[in-house]
Formats: sequence, structure tokens, C-alpha cells
Amino acid sequence: MFLYRAAPTLSPVEYMVRSHRLRWPELLPWLAILAAFFAFPSYLALGAQVMIMVLFALSLDLVLGYAGIVTLGHSAFFGVGAYTAGILAAHGWGEPISGLVVGGAVAGAVGLVTGLIILRTRGLTLLMLTLAVVSMLGEAANKAGWLTGGADGLQGITLDPLLGLFHFDLFGRTAYVYCALVLLAGWMFVRRLVHAPFGRSLTGMRENTARMHAIGAPVRQRLVTVYAIAAALAGVAGALQAQTTQFVGLNVLSFELSGAVLIMLIFGGVGRLYGAFVGAPIYMVAQDALSRLDPEYWFFWVGLLLVVTVMFARGGILGVVDQIRRKVMR
Amino acid sequence: MHEFISALVSILFHGLAYAMILYVVSVGLSVTMGLMGFANLAHGVFAMAGGYVAVSLMNGLGLHFPSAVALAVLAVAAASVVLERLLYARLYGAGEIEQVLFTIGLIFISIAAAKFAFGPTQQQLVLPEALRGEVEVAGRMFPTYRAFIIVVGAAIALGLWLGLERSQFGARVRAAVDNRRMARSVGIDTNLLFSLTFALGSGLAALGGALGGELLTIHPNYAIEHLVYFLTVVAVGGLGSIRGPFLAAVLLGVGDTACKYLLPDIGAFFIYFALFALLLWRPAGLFGRA
Amino acid sequence: MRRLQSVCGMLIGAAAILSPALSSAAETVKVGVILGFSGQASASVDQMDKAINLYVKQHQSELGDVKLELIRRDDTGPNPDMARRLAQELITRDKVNILTGFFYTPNANAVAPLATEAKVPMVIMNAATSSTMRLSPYVVRVSMTQWQQSYPLGQWAAKQGVKRAYVAVTDYGPGHDAEAAFAKGFTEAGGQIVGSVRMPLKNPDFIPFLQRIKDEKPEALFAFVPGSKDATALMKAYTELGLAQAGVRLIAAGDCVPDNELESMGDVPPGVVTMGYYSAAATRPQNKAFVAAWKKEYGPDSLPSPFAVGAYDGMAAIFYVIEKQHGKIDPDATMALLKGWRNDDSPRGPVMIDPETRDVVQNMYIRKLERVDGKLANVETETIPMVKDPWPRLNPQ
Repeated sequence: MFLYRAAPTLSPVEYMVRSHRLRWPELLPWLAILAAFFAFPSYLALGAQVMIMVLFALSLDLVLGYAGIVTLGHSAFFGVGAYTAGILAAHGWGEPISGLVVGGAVAGAVGLVTGLIILRTRGLTLLMLTLAVVSMLGEAANKAGWLTGGADGLQGITLDPLLGLFHFDLFGRTAYVYCALVLLAGWMFVRRLVHAPFGRSLTGMRENTARMHAIGAPVRQRLVTVYAIAAALAGVAGALQAQTTQFVGLNVLSFELSGAVLIMLIFGGVGRLYGAFVGAPIYMVAQDALSRLDPEYWFFWVGLLLVVTVMFARGGILGVVDQIRRKVMR
Repeated sequence: MHEFISALVSILFHGLAYAMILYVVSVGLSVTMGLMGFANLAHGVFAMAGGYVAVSLMNGLGLHFPSAVALAVLAVAAASVVLERLLYARLYGAGEIEQVLFTIGLIFISIAAAKFAFGPTQQQLVLPEALRGEVEVAGRMFPTYRAFIIVVGAAIALGLWLGLERSQFGARVRAAVDNRRMARSVGIDTNLLFSLTFALGSGLAALGGALGGELLTIHPNYAIEHLVYFLTVVAVGGLGSIRGPFLAAVLLGVGDTACKYLLPDIGAFFIYFALFALLLWRPAGLFGRA
Repeated sequence: MRRLQSVCGMLIGAAAILSPALSSAAETVKVGVILGFSGQASASVDQMDKAINLYVKQHQSELGDVKLELIRRDDTGPNPDMARRLAQELITRDKVNILTGFFYTPNANAVAPLATEAKVPMVIMNAATSSTMRLSPYVVRVSMTQWQQSYPLGQWAAKQGVKRAYVAVTDYGPGHDAEAAFAKGFTEAGGQIVGSVRMPLKNPDFIPFLQRIKDEKPEALFAFVPGSKDATALMKAYTELGLAQAGVRLIAAGDCVPDNELESMGDVPPGVVTMGYYSAAATRPQNKAFVAAWKKEYGPDSLPSPFAVGAYDGMAAIFYVIEKQHGKIDPDATMALLKGWRNDDSPRGPVMIDPETRDVVQNMYIRKLERVDGKLANVETETIPMVKDPWPRLNPQ
């Protein structure tokens, strides 16, 4: 009793509430997005693509960072979302927002079904199963040329103006703002989710599955749920990509894309909600700059960057920021 | 009937040749992953290095095929220990995620390095006269070199199996795979053991890379292009097993070939479908411990 | 040497980014080159890059005081999203006057609508799917189409008395084109397709497919695989399995025998016939001069492939429009110049752009794969003059 009163710690409930409260650094990404719009008007296409990858990485963070599922097949959902939105738009359904919703819904359904089948396993087995799923979908998309355009890519995507007002222009202004708004919505949703009891129980499962079983949490059901939610979110990111680039190629269903988004997230920091916001931009801008300087060998520098990150910056960039902050605070 | 049997012989022969290469490259990965739980996605880099070194020894120094391959295996095995001690060892305690990021980084570096050193075109192994041409197997003509690969692969599988079942080294490896902490507490130096198995695994990968250059072409993107196949053999075979990857490789090699031969239009699906079905049936792999 | 070049390249690139734009009186023409420098086709792209550099080196002086700036961007492979973004950046940020490169069809297809929207002429140096031309009025192609190559090859094969042929192609867009084109040409002329297989794009081994075909015993096998390592793997499988001895003739798209890969194909049996638009072994004086210049630049063992010639002629077309407009590139004037552009100095023989379809019109050659001075070469034996792409005629809009 005495100890409890003397320690300046918070009660568990208060801790939860506080951690949910918005702190000022959380506004930084949004300020950056806003500033970039005015500061770098000729980089808006890159900016839009970065935000799409941020949203995609954010959805992966739910699966990997919060639920602890290591997957190489997350692009399955990105790809399904992209093809869904793309095929809709190519067949005359050019309204962007509903295309986004349908893309997310179909991807979520695929996530639910595959999640039910494969989430009984863990570790390498699960990793390989996710890989098998994305590879099979990729092959299916290649075979279904009449629907997807096969290896030539899906053509003829024409979008209506956003809200009937804003045309998707060559400089990518509309696309940039559109992506920013969708990302904002996605972020608010994920943030709510991980601070809700549901999100807390995910972290519990990641840390100690056996104990969560013991306290009676429906572990598998929750894993499948979060897998489906993340799939839907990834589908929205994919749909966004299909709409802003007005083209869908088979590469959206490749394990290379899964690998790329995994790298971006780990690079930024896993299970932190903001790893995606740090990792994707830095990785993509670095790749853009390196491939511009050295179109043939930029791979080397990216590889080196990854190795150095692992060796000297465990926990990604945000992990390092945390360490520095702790040292300064001490 | 005759045609059916002839098709069957074709499938078995080519499937087995393919399976042997998959096995020789992947078995080391299975053991090291089982032993240290290290998710080494960059295993294919050693196979690729084996191929490149063997080819350069033959073309550059004019060595003969057997000595070039042997030297390549030794060189890659030695280099892998250096890499293991300098870099891998620092990540044994780290999570899967760090290991994945690190080994993907290594793959990227290997792609750029291989292209830098050897150019973007694929490397060709010049076979000795004795291994060219065709031989008769079961009343049909088949490429000599593939027959040679089957024999060598089977010999390696047998040697590994006997070696790891009968020798003290093998007993230690198996003990460490089963329970690393217990093995350590009875005095087995698991770090040394790991370095040795890592070298063995990388050396075998180099052998597979060099011998298999005809089947899995040696070029800069090797490690990423064939990664899925290697991982599939390991996952289906079961971690830490010697027999598992062999059976898995035969299953996948022959199955893949059969599918390409009999149902070519869905041939590309086979490997993924087999992976999916087998892992759902036996999540820990054919010979893995649950 | 490669090392040095790469380091220099990086330094120059860095300097270009860091230094403020120098304004000068002379016109500057910016050309964006989008190619998969780092991806799976980097061997072929390397050929294209070398050809671009060679052309610039040979003809730079013709531009007078017009400055040519090539901006190379890496689309990493069949990656249409990235190709599109790079094109968008090249247009909006770097303000390029012309876009070129494009190894892969999906990448070209993704960029084509941008060419229309931004009115930037786009010169395709490789991607060979016929339908791409319909995606934008600002696209021209200087390489070839699969229909242009495989349709006359099918006709030719039937005329040679081949009755039964088996078709094996890689399972993606150009492969489907090649399959359909050969089958149409072959059956129209009286031949019969006895079997057809599509081989996966990510396929490490051709042996099972070819073994099946060997067991079926057709008179001929028509094959298409994308250049680079697949070509070598296919030819080795053909040799290794003894298909020639079993009486199966290989009749292939030129993509299966790129000149720079011939060296590594080993002892290919005689009798392989291909159709293609360029062979390094061609004896035209224009080609002899080109090959000599190539070897001088890139070493005596290096040989240019059709990919290289596609890029080389692409640069020729681009230089032509720059010179004609004295460096002041107007998109519509450029397109008008490109339509009907003709070059008789190309290493491949005469080549021109069809003013109607904006697609390439050129001689196609039947070649025999044989040893010349101990080295494999594609020896041209017949010429089919100035072939137009038959696809638009067969598929009216």
C-alpha cells in the first residue's frame, strides 16, 4: 500500500489512457506531408507513392508488429486490392472512393479466408504458406489474362474526378492529396485499434501466446481478425496505387513486393505504429537518390544500408531514436 | 503402355537430377536453421559464389572441372566461416526480423557484387568431354551430365546421412538441434559446432551451385531467384533434418518435372500448391519435430 | 575499367545534381532513358546502354552546339508502377523532351498514357507487343513486334514443307503473341500445329518441356523465349536432349539466339533456323562498320545483339529529330518527323517508321545458326523485304 502511493508510476488504467492521448510528435508526419506539398511540387508523384507504401507498411505493422506474424505474402492483399480497383475502373466504374472501398473489402475477404486456413501454423511454416498464397495468386493473375491483362498489365483504367471535382493531373497534385487523406484515415483507424483492448490483446499474444490462451483469450480468432483487417487495409493501399498510377502490373502480386515492404517497416521500426512513417519514406527516397546516381549498382548501397542497420541500429531507426532519448533523459 | 512407361522414365530421370541439385544446395540451410534458428535467406549466395568461383577457376586458371569444383567448395566454405564469425554470430540472439533484414541486405550486396565482378550475363560451365553427350538409361537416351548429377547427389545424400548418423560430430549436431541448452550444459561447444556445420552447409551449397549451373543458371540474381525453391525444400523437409530435405527435394523435383511434362499449362502452380498442401498436412515438415 | 566507369558515373551524377543549372545560349535537349538497369534482364539492358553510349560518341559532333542530356533511370524490371512514376518525374521535374528505353511491354504500356497527356514523344527501343502503339499517338517503335517476326516465320516454315509443328513459348504477353503469330502464319500456309505449351516465365529448366516434345516427335519445334539466360538455357536443353538427332528441327524466334549469348550455347547441332531483324554476322557494310566500332569500344570478344541495335537505331531517330529542329523540340513536329523516318544506314539494313501505325517497318531475315571461323553465328540466308507488322491488319480497331 505504502509502496504503491510512494512510487510515481501510474495505475494501469491511467497508463492506457495516457498512451492513447495524442502527443505532439505524432503530428510531425502530417506536418511533413503538408510541407512537402508546397516545398517539393515536382516530387509529388514520388510523394504519393511513398504515402501508399506507408499505408501498406502500416497494415503490415498490424500483422507483424502487433500480432507477431512474420509474413512474406502481404503483397497478396495489396495486389488483390489493386486488381479489384483497377478492373472496376477499367470496366467503367471510375468513381475513386467506392473503388477504394470495394478493393479493401475484397482484399479483406481474401485475408479472412486465407487467414482461417494458414494461421494455425507459426514461424517458418507460416512464412512459407504466406509465400505460397501470394505466388499462387500471382500465377492466377498471369493466367487470367482476359481479366487482368496478364503480363502486359491491366490497361484502360480511367478515373472520374475525385468527388466529381478534382481531376487526377499529370503533376500528381490530386493524387498526392487523395493519398494523404486516405493515409490519415488509415492511421486514425489503426491508432484507435492498437490502443483498444483488441490491440492490447494482440500485443499480449505476440509476447506470450501460451499465457493469453491461459487467460482465456480467443487467440486464433483474434489473429484471423487482425489478419483480415490488415489485409483490407493493404487492399486499400493497393487500390490507391492502381488508381493513382492508373495501371496494374503483375508485380503487385510478387513476393519481391512483400519483401520490399517488410524491409521498409523493419527499417523504420516494428510494432511502433510510426515505423511505417519513418521507414518507407527514408527507404524510398534513399533508393530513388541512389538509383539516380548509380542506376546499375544502387542495390549494393541499399544492401549495405540494411546490413548496417541491423548491425548498429537494432529496432530500426525509431529504435535508435528511443535509445538516444533514453540516454539523454538519464 | 510403352509410351506411358517412357514418359514415366523421362519424368523420373529429369526430376531426380533436379532434385539432387535442390537437395545439395538446401540441406545445409536446413541444418543451420534447425541448429541455430537462424533465418538465413542468403543461403543461395553461397551456392552462387560456388558457381562463380568454379567457372572463373576453369576459365581463368585453366583448371580441370573436378579440381575447380573442389577448390570452389573449399574457398566458399572458408569464406562462409569468416562471414559467420564476423557478422552472423552477432545476430544469434536477435529476432527473426533482424535476421531476415540482414540476410536480405546480404543478397542485395551479392547481386551488385556479382554483376560488378562478372558482368550481367550468365556463366557457363565447360564440361569435360566424358560428361557430355548422352547415355542409355532404361533403354532410353539421356544427357550424361544429368546422370552424373544424380549419382553424385545420391552419393552425397548417403554420405551425409551415414556421417551424421554414425559419427560423433553427427551425434553432437543432432543433440544440439534437439536441445541446444542441454547440449551446451553437457559440454558441447555449440558455437564451434555451428561454425563447422555452417561451413559444411555453405560448402555443400557451393557444390550444388557449381554442379547445378546447367539447371539453375549462375547469374547475379541467383540468390533471390531460387530462394523460394530452397526455402520450400527446407520447410517441407522439416528443420534440422538430413533425410527430410532429401525426401522433400525428390518430391518437389519429380513432382515439378511431372507437372511440367504432363500438365504444362499449370506447371507453374505445382510447386506452390505442393508447398501449401504439404505444410497444411504436416506443419512441421515431413521429418520436423512439432 | 567497369569500376572506374561506375565511379566516374557516380561522380558526374553527383555533380549534375549538386551544381545549379547552368544557363547557356545553346539549346539543351533532355532525353529520359527508362530501362531495367538492375533487374533480371540487366544483361540485355547492358547491351542497350552500350549501344546508346556508342551512338552518342560517334555522332555527338553532328548536334553542333545543341547539348544532349541523357537522364537514365532504373525501372528495376517488369515494374510498371515504377516506370510510370519515373516517367512522371522525368516529365514534370526534369522536363525531358523525349522519353526512350522501355525494355518491357507492361512498363511501356503504363507510360504511354502519360506521353499523350504531357505530349512527350516516346521512342520504344525494345518492348515488342503490337497493341502498345494504340495506347498513345505519341509512341513510335524502332525495335520490332512479335507478329512481324513470327507470322512470316510460320509462312516460311510451311513453305519449306514442314507439316507438323509443336509450339513452345514463354507464358507472358510477347510469348502469347509469338504463339498466335506463328500458328496463324503456319496454318494459313497449310501446316498443322500438333501441340502447344506455354512455359512459365520463372522457369529454371526447359528440359521437361523439351523431353515431352521429343517424345511427341513433331517435324519441327517453334520456340520463343525472352533473350538473355533463358535463350541459352533453351538452346542447351535442345542440344543436351538430342532433339535434332531425333528429327525435331528447331525453328525459333530471333530472341532465342541473341548474338552476345551464342558463345555460351555450346555445341548447338546444325540446322537451327531463326527469324530476326538483326545478326551481328550480317555482311552489310553498315553492319561491318558497326560491329568494328563496337569491338573497338567494348573489347574484341564483345558482340552487339538485336537489343543493342534497337537502342542504336532509337538514338539515330532521336538524333534525327534533334538535328531537324535544331534542338528546339516541339512534340507534334517531332512526331511528324518520326512518321516516315527512314534510315538506310542501320546495321540491320533499311528501317523506317510506318507513318500510319508509327511502328517499325524493316527487313526480316531467315538465319541459319552455324559456325563461322569456329564461332556460332546467325548467318542470313533469305531476306523478306520491308515487313510491316501484320497485327493491325488482322485486328482492326
